[in-house]
Parts: sequence; C-alpha cells; structure tokens
Amino acid sequence: MSILVSRASRVLVQGLTGREGSFHTEQMKSYGTNVVAGVSPGKGGTTQLGVPIYDTVVDARRDTRADVSGIFVPAPFAADAIMEAAAAGIGLIVCITEGIPLYDMVRARAFVEDAGVRLIGPNCPGIVTADEAKVGIIPNHINRAGSVGIVSRSGTLTYEVIQGLSQAGVGQTTSVGIGGDPILGLSFKEVLALFKADGATRAVILIGEIGGSDEEAAAEEVLGPGFGKPVIGFISGRTAPPGKRMGHAGAIISGNMGTATSKVQALQRAGAQVCDTIEEVVAAAGAALGQPSSAAHR
Amino acid sequence: MKFLEYQVKERFKAAGIPVPDGRLARTPDEAALAAGALGPVAVKAQVPVGGRGKAGGIKLARTPMDAKRAAGEILGMTIKGYPVREVWCETAQEITHELYLGLTLDRDARKPVLILSAQGGMEIEEVAEHHPEAIAKLHPDPWRGPLPFEVRDLIFRAGLGPLQAQLGPLIIKLYALARTYDALTLEVNPLALTRDGGLVAADGKLEIDENAMFRHKDLHGADESDEDPIEAEAKRRKLTYVRLDGSIGVIGNGAGLVMNTLDLVQREGGRAANFLDIGGGAKAEVVHSALELLASDPQVKGILINIFGGITRGDEVAHGIIDAARELNLKLPLVVRMTGTREEEGRRLLQEAGITPEASATAAARKVVELAATGQR
Repeated sequence: MSILVSRASRVLVQGLTGREGSFHTEQMKSYGTNVVAGVSPGKGGTTQLGVPIYDTVVDARRDTRADVSGIFVPAPFAADAIMEAAAAGIGLIVCITEGIPLYDMVRARAFVEDAGVRLIGPNCPGIVTADEAKVGIIPNHINRAGSVGIVSRSGTLTYEVIQGLSQAGVGQTTSVGIGGDPILGLSFKEVLALFKADGATRAVILIGEIGGSDEEAAAEEVLGPGFGKPVIGFISGRTAPPGKRMGHAGAIISGNMGTATSKVQALQRAGAQVCDTIEEVVAAAGAALGQPSSAAHR
Repeated sequence: MKFLEYQVKERFKAAGIPVPDGRLARTPDEAALAAGALGPVAVKAQVPVGGRGKAGGIKLARTPMDAKRAAGEILGMTIKGYPVREVWCETAQEITHELYLGLTLDRDARKPVLILSAQGGMEIEEVAEHHPEAIAKLHPDPWRGPLPFEVRDLIFRAGLGPLQAQLGPLIIKLYALARTYDALTLEVNPLALTRDGGLVAADGKLEIDENAMFRHKDLHGADESDEDPIEAEAKRRKLTYVRLDGSIGVIGNGAGLVMNTLDLVQREGGRAANFLDIGGGAKAEVVHSALELLASDPQVKGILINIFGGITRGDEVAHGIIDAARELNLKLPLVVRMTGTREEEGRRLLQEAGITPEASATAAARKVVELAATGQR
C-alpha cells in the first residue's frame, strides 16, 4: 500500500522530449516506473527512450490507458498542459514546472477542480512511492521502502529528509512534494487525509515553511486525536527576517498567520512533535516506529 | 515588477478610471510650472514603497512658489532606501471620504480577491485587523471575472450602496486592468469621494507577477535599484538574493533548503550574510555568477554552498564552483556540501580541484562558521 502512485500506475510525460523531460524520464524509468507514453505536440509518431510520443494527451491516453501525467512543459505553456491532461481524463497530474504565471494557475486550478482531478504542484519535486514508482525529480537512490509518509512544501528539503531517514534505516511509503507556489493543487490537508487512510503508513512527516496558512489549516482540520498516527513536523525559515521575500513567491509573511511560530504552535496544539533540525526529525521518526536505530544518531 | 504612482495613474486613466490631473517634475522649476498650469497641487514623491506620506514625501502647495519649495525639499530625499528622483504634481482634491479598493491573489482560497471598504486611507491594515466586518471581499470566478450583480452585492456589503452606480463599473474596469497586466496587486487607496460627489483614484499601486513578464516585455516599471550595491547587482544578474546582516555567504538550491541553511548557520553560532537561491536546474554559469556576487561583498567572511540536486545536477554545480573559484582567485573560506542527482561526478570534480565536500549540511555549516571566525582558508 501507498498513496497516489504505485507499481500499477501508467505514467505519461508531457514535455518528454525536452532537456529536463528526457533526463528525468530516463531516471523515472530506471527507478522502475511504468512510463507508457510521452506527449510533445508536433513529435507524435516518434519514439524516445523507448517510449512512444504522441501529439496530444487524448491520443496518448486512448492508446496507452495512461492514468498519471508528469508535466515538464516550459512555464508559458504549463497551465495549458495541466488542463489538457485533466480534460483527457488523467486522474493524477504532477506538475514539476517552475515559474507559471499565477493567473494561469488560478484558472488551471479551477479547471482541475471542476474536472474532479488531483493536481500536485506546480513548482514541486513530485511523488515517489519507494521501490515502486516515481513521477518527478526526486533523486532515485535516496529512497528506501518502509512505513513513513512524507509531505513537504520544499523540494530540496524533502530530499534531505528522505536521505536522512534511509541512511538511518527508516524507510518510506510515499514521499509527496506539494510545491512552494502560492497557487497549488493538493495541499497538506488532502495529502495528510490520504496518509491517514493508508494502512501501510505508520507515521507521517510534515515539512512546512514560512508563508501562507496551509500548515495551520492542516493542523486544525486534519490532525489532532482522530488522526491516529504519530506526526512529526518541521518548519524552515525560523530565522528569516519578517517581511523579507525568500524566493518562493509563497514565502511571504503576512499578518500573524504564516510565521514560523504560528505554524509550530498550530502543529503542537494538534499533537504533532515539532523538531528543530532534520537530524531530529529522522530520530523522531525512528522512535515513533519503535526502531530507535543507532544510525539515527550517527 | 512594481510601478510608480504616476505610471499606475496613466494606466487607470487609459482604462477609464478617473484620476486627478497631474504632471511629472524632475526639478523644482518643473514643479512650479506644473502648479502654474494646474492651480493648487499635491507634490508627491515617486518611490516604489508605501509610507511616503509619513516620511514627509507628500506636501500641499497653493502657489507655483510653494510647489517649487516643496519639490526642492522632496527631490533628493531618501525614503526607505529609495532616492526620490521625480515628484508627481496633481490637482489638490477636496476629499470628503476615503474608500479602499484593491485586488490581489488569495492563496488560501486559490483565487483572486476583490477587497472593498468604506474605511480607506492610511490605516486600512488596522481596520482589517480590528474591524474585519468593515472589509468586504469577493472572489470572482477566474474564468469569467466578476459579474455586475456580484459586484453590486460586494458594494452593498461594504455599506456603499448609494455609490453603486459609479462604483460598479469602476470595479469591473479595475479587474480587467489587473488581468491585462497580470497584477499580483492592484490597489486604489484612497479611492476618494470628492466634494462634488465624484470618485477619483487619489493613489494607485500596481505590482506585476514576475512569472508573467514574458507577456509584458514592453513594460518598464519603477527603477527598484535601491542604494545597496550588492542587491542591485543581484537584480541585474537575475539572482534571487536577499541581503541579511551576518558574515556567512550562503548559496543553495530551493527556497526551503536555503532557509534551512540559514537556520543551521545560526544554530552553529554564525549569521548568514544573505539568502541566495539558484533555483532548480541551475547551470554552471549561474553558480559562477552567484559565487562571484558573494565574493564581491566585503561583509562576507566565508561562503557555504549547499546543494541537494533533484533537477539540479551535481556536475553542473561543481563546474561552476571550480571555474569561479579559479577565475576569482577566491581567498575566502569556501565550504561545499553536495548530494543528490549526479553527486558522484560533482564530488569527484570538486575533489580533483582540491575542494573537499562536507558530508552533511550541519557539518558544512559548523565548518564554515569555524573557518570564517578564524579567517582560515
């Protein structure tokens, strides 16, 4: 068991023939992901990396029954690619692209909501279910199968946590990078609800950062006594000066919501254990699973 | 990209949103000429930040001589780091009431939001905090925009029913303008009710989504280069850089990881000199450019590069570091932590060039703080 993607997922890559698309498709395939098709308008009928390329998502889906799409399309065209996938009946869309105009995303987000489709991202590292399938750019070799679920707003910090856990002998079910943009598909709440329902996930790690109020909303609406699994939290940007922009359009402190303190307190109120460093997160996850391995304290 | 008040008002005027008559002046004499043509004027500093009124950047002038004197005082002022190079002289308004009208993106609702209040003016943030009931909001459908009946509802909820005939069309024009310019923020504050019963945009703010600049290549906004030469240079190099007050230069990939690196430096007893995110998929040239920028900062006593490659490749980053260190003849302590995609190639390249990568981010933070303190290489 796992969430969102598995060995059974039939993955389509939009923008497969581009620089990033082809590099990461190769990585996804070598991880064992069942990549069944690529879409690059104008290149239909060709083959790349042994994968058939189609002009449209509809064509690709008709021939291959793809049910998940990973998007590596350049920013000016990415929102359209998201909507093309949703309209074609893809059930889960993972958009890696960074820098999509926010009005484009606002429209695409409303479109996928109306279509009843799940969107992860944009500007995210994607999803990996350890030893089964990967859609996105999370490095292959750091993952290890086990029973911790990870959900994170940061890309690179997610890798940091996965690697730390794996080195300490603590494996993962699924790791989900939801992205750092202001306008996102799934947020912490929805992913946490999936982990709650997943029998194989025995503990969950939430990696948040300053800005927005998704961490607070998740703490209030999903976590708490009813969640039934240990939750370990981590918030980056604690020493960031208030009012300074830190790169992500999202990481802007506004009012009292969105500060590191507000997020830490909301998570603690909901019963989560909030850690100060990634090393502590790793040790806490090991302890929560009853495997306080010495490796966690290397 | 941000715009100055007069640049926003030009766009309001073109969109049919009423604004006072005004003229731009770069010298006191030009301000006197403007007042000669317009009558009593408000002389207003043109800077891309709020709070200029409190800083003395707005003065009323009855006569051309007054306007000349006021402009003489305001031009050359520095407001929140921005030197005042221009003043906007506009017809003084007889304002009886100040409203607030704005549009921004509501990240929690994942939609644009129109905001209207009968209690506009400088204290709007306090109003929002203490009297949230005085602020009316509308989340228009992003595909069709606000419909006239939705806008009327917004106006009545704000307690501005008597103005609906004027205000309704104005709000729809404002939304259209925001969409045309991919505005992250478009604000009229105050939206002034004048003695003759008209509505006029007495001030305006516009900030365009940087991600959408490819659609607006012909636009020129405010010169946002302030007096910090390193921040100005970072903007020219298109690097995501924020100046901080410590001595450890930090470069990393991904906002979350860089923020965490700042936190780690602080835990190890140091303080970061900056936030610098090279983003995803950075090429060697970007790394080179980032390193060159930090090396030019006299405040920096040591540099920490923290890379966890996903879409970013270790070998690309290593090439950038090695080339820059060689070319700049870098004398500062340089500590690198690199892992992730193509880490073996990256680490091998670094080692061949005599740079030993650290095993973890914590270890790297500890080492750079130590080296910077002792001035060792």
